[in-house]
Amino acid sequence: MESSVLQFFQWFWNLFGLWDWVWSWFKPLWPLVWVIIKIVVILVPLLLGVAYLTFWERKIIGWMQVRIGPNRVGWWGLMQPIVDGVKLFLKEVILPTKADPWLFFLAPALAMAPAVAVWSVIPFFDGGALANLDAGVLFLLAVTSLGVYGVIIAGWASNSKYPLLGAMRSAAQMVSYEVSMGLALVCVLMVSNSLNLSDIIRSQGQGTFANAGLGFLSWNWLPLLPMFFVYLVSGVAETNRAPFDVVEGESEIVAGHMVEYSGMAFAMFFLAEYANMILVSALVSIFFLGGWLSPFGIFPDGILWLLGKMVLILFVFLWLRATFPRYRYDQIMRLGWKVFVPLCLLWIPVVGIWMMSPFNIWK
Amino acid sequence: MGARDLIKTFSLGELRQGLAVTLRYMFAPKITIQYPEERTPASPRFRGLHALRRYPNGEERCIACKLCEAVCPAMAITIESAERVDANGQTSRRTTRYDIDLTKCIFCGFCEEACPVDAIVETHIFEYHGETRGDLYYTKQMLLANGDRYETEVAEAREQDARYR
Amino acid sequence: MELKTVVFYVFAAIMLFAALRVITARNPVHAVLYLVLAFFNAGGLWLTLQAEFLAIALIMVYVGAVMVLFLFVVMMLDIDIARLRQGFWSNMPLAVTLGVLMAGEMALVLSTDYFGTTSFPDQAMPADYSNTKELGRLLFTAYVYPFELASVILLVAIIAAVVLTLRRRKDVRHLDPAAQIAVKHTDRIRVVKMAAEKEPE
Repeated sequence: MESSVLQFFQWFWNLFGLWDWVWSWFKPLWPLVWVIIKIVVILVPLLLGVAYLTFWERKIIGWMQVRIGPNRVGWWGLMQPIVDGVKLFLKEVILPTKADPWLFFLAPALAMAPAVAVWSVIPFFDGGALANLDAGVLFLLAVTSLGVYGVIIAGWASNSKYPLLGAMRSAAQMVSYEVSMGLALVCVLMVSNSLNLSDIIRSQGQGTFANAGLGFLSWNWLPLLPMFFVYLVSGVAETNRAPFDVVEGESEIVAGHMVEYSGMAFAMFFLAEYANMILVSALVSIFFLGGWLSPFGIFPDGILWLLGKMVLILFVFLWLRATFPRYRYDQIMRLGWKVFVPLCLLWIPVVGIWMMSPFNIWK
Repeated sequence: MGARDLIKTFSLGELRQGLAVTLRYMFAPKITIQYPEERTPASPRFRGLHALRRYPNGEERCIACKLCEAVCPAMAITIESAERVDANGQTSRRTTRYDIDLTKCIFCGFCEEACPVDAIVETHIFEYHGETRGDLYYTKQMLLANGDRYETEVAEAREQDARYR
Repeated sequence: MELKTVVFYVFAAIMLFAALRVITARNPVHAVLYLVLAFFNAGGLWLTLQAEFLAIALIMVYVGAVMVLFLFVVMMLDIDIARLRQGFWSNMPLAVTLGVLMAGEMALVLSTDYFGTTSFPDQAMPADYSNTKELGRLLFTAYVYPFELASVILLVAIIAAVVLTLRRRKDVRHLDPAAQIAVKHTDRIRVVKMAAEKEPE
C-alpha cells in the first residue's frame, strides 16, 4: 500500500516534471509523512463516525420512544451533526471565576487524547494496525485507564459543586469497572495465548466450527459467554453510558464534570465519550466476536465484518440506553465488586481447568 | 424461589423482557405530528389570542361594563370609558381604552365567559410573538383588528359550541 | 547524538522538573498531577530500555489506579498550608540527614562503573524476543514461591483493611435486592374465597 501511495505522488509530481527534485529532499521525511497519512486515515473516519453516532443515537432512541427523531436539517436530518458541530464551534468558551485556568482547559484534552490514542493498536484487517504491538492489550488497558483523568481534573478545576461530585463518582466507578474488565480479558488472553490483538483475532479463527465453515461459533463469545457479558456491561459502565451514567446523571447532578464547560471545551468531552463508545465496541468485536473474521467460511474476511460487528455493539449500547433506568450509585458499586469481580475470579480457574482437561478446544 | 425463577434470574429474564419492549416499539408506527405541516385538531373552545368583535353594522360590541376587567385573575385588562354617539345614532357608553397585557394574561377564558355581549373573545390563534416586551401589550385598535381579521372563524367556533352553552 | 539519547534526555528533563514540582507545588492537587507526569516519564524511560511490560504496568497500576485514588483523597482534603509549614525548621536537621543519606546511597549505586562492579553485559536479543513472555516465565518458574508469597501477603492486607474498616450499623434500614426480586404476589396478598352473601339464619 505504501508503494502505491508513493507511485501516486510520483505520478502527481511528474505532471510538473518535478519528481526528482521533490524526492531529493522529501525522501528522509517520507516515513514520518507516511505515519501521518495513516493517522489521518484512521482519525477522520473516527470523528465522522462520532458525529454520526450522535445522530444515530437520537434516531434510534426516538424510534424506540415512538418518535421519529431529528429529520429537519438536510435529507432525513443527515446534516444535523454538522450543524450541531458548527453551533458548538461558534459558542463562547466560558472560564468560571476561581477555576484553575490551566487544568480547566487541560481536562478536555486529557479526556480526548486517550480515546484517540488507543486506535493506534486496533487491527482493522489482517496486518492493518498502525502499531502491531506485542503487548497491545496491556497498552490498551494502560491508555484507557488514563481517560478518567480528564473527568477528575475537569471536576476539580471547575471549582463547582456538581462537577466535583461527578468527578468523585467517575473516579470510583471507572476504577471499579476496570478491575472486572481486566479480569474478563485475562480469560481471553488465556485462551488465545497472546497479548497481541491481531494474534487474538487469528486464534479465534481456528477450531472445529471454523474448519466446518461456521466461524462465528468458534469465536470467544460462545465458550466465554459470561465473560463476554461482563466485558460488554463493564464497557458500558466504563464509558459512563446509561444505565451507568451516574457521572453525568442529569436529573441528579445536572451533567457532572461537564456543567461548567461550554462551546468547544464541552464538545471535546462529548467527542471523547462517543469515541470511547466506538472504541469499546471495537474491543468487544476484537476480543469476543472475532474482529475482521467472517462468520461463515464462504465469505472472505475483511474490515467490513469488523465495522458490521461494531455497528451491532453500538446499537446494543443505544438500545440499553433507551430501555433501562439509571442505576443508583450503590447498585453500580454492588454490581461491579460483588457480582462481576467474583464471577470473573470464578471463571478464570474454570477456563484454566478446561484448558488442562482433555476437552480443551483451544489447542 | 423455584427452579423456574432461578433460571429467569440468571438468564436475565426481566432485562430481556424490557429490551423486547423497546425493540418492538422501534418498528411501531410513529406518533409524531410534524408541526408546521401537520397539526393536531383544535377544539372550538380553544383559548388563544384575544380579539374584540363588532356587530354586522360595524359598531363595536363592547359596552364598557368592565366585567372582564373585574374577573381577570391576572389583572391583565385595563378599560377606560366615555359616552359617545354610536352607529345607531344613540348616545351610549363605549370604551376609550381597552388594553390586554398578554405577558400577564394566563388564557383562562374568564373574560370571554364574563362578557354579556360576546365582545371579547379568544381566537384559535396561538402562533404570535413579540420582539420587544411592549409588542405583547395589545391595545384596543389591535384587538379590534384581530376581531375583524378572524371574525368568520370566531363566529364559526361560537356556532359549534353554542349547543353546549 | 543518536535519537535514543535525545529521547532519554527529554524524558529525564521533564521527569526531573515534574518531581521537583511535586515537592514545591503549593496546591496538593497540582503536586499529585505532577507526580502523575513523573510516573508517565518514568514509564517512557523504561520503554527506551525495552522493558515495555514494566513501563505499561507502571502506567496502568500507578497512573491508572493508584494516583486516581490519591487524587480522589487529596481533592477531598481541605489542607491548611500555613499550619503545615509550622514545623519546617524544627524538622529540617532530620530531613537533611535523610536526604544526604539517600543521595550518598544513590551515588554508590550509580558509580558502580567506577568501582568496577558493573555486571550487566549488553545482550543481543533475537527479533521475536518478548519481554512480557520472559517475565512471565521467570515469575511462574524460578520465582514462583516469592511471587505466591507476595500475593498472599497482599491478600492478607486487603482482608485486614476490610476487616478494620467494616462496621455494621444496626440502625440502618436497607433493602435486599435479591429478596425484592424473588418476591411473588402470593407472598404479599392472600386471596380468601368466601360466599358472596351471608347464610340465612
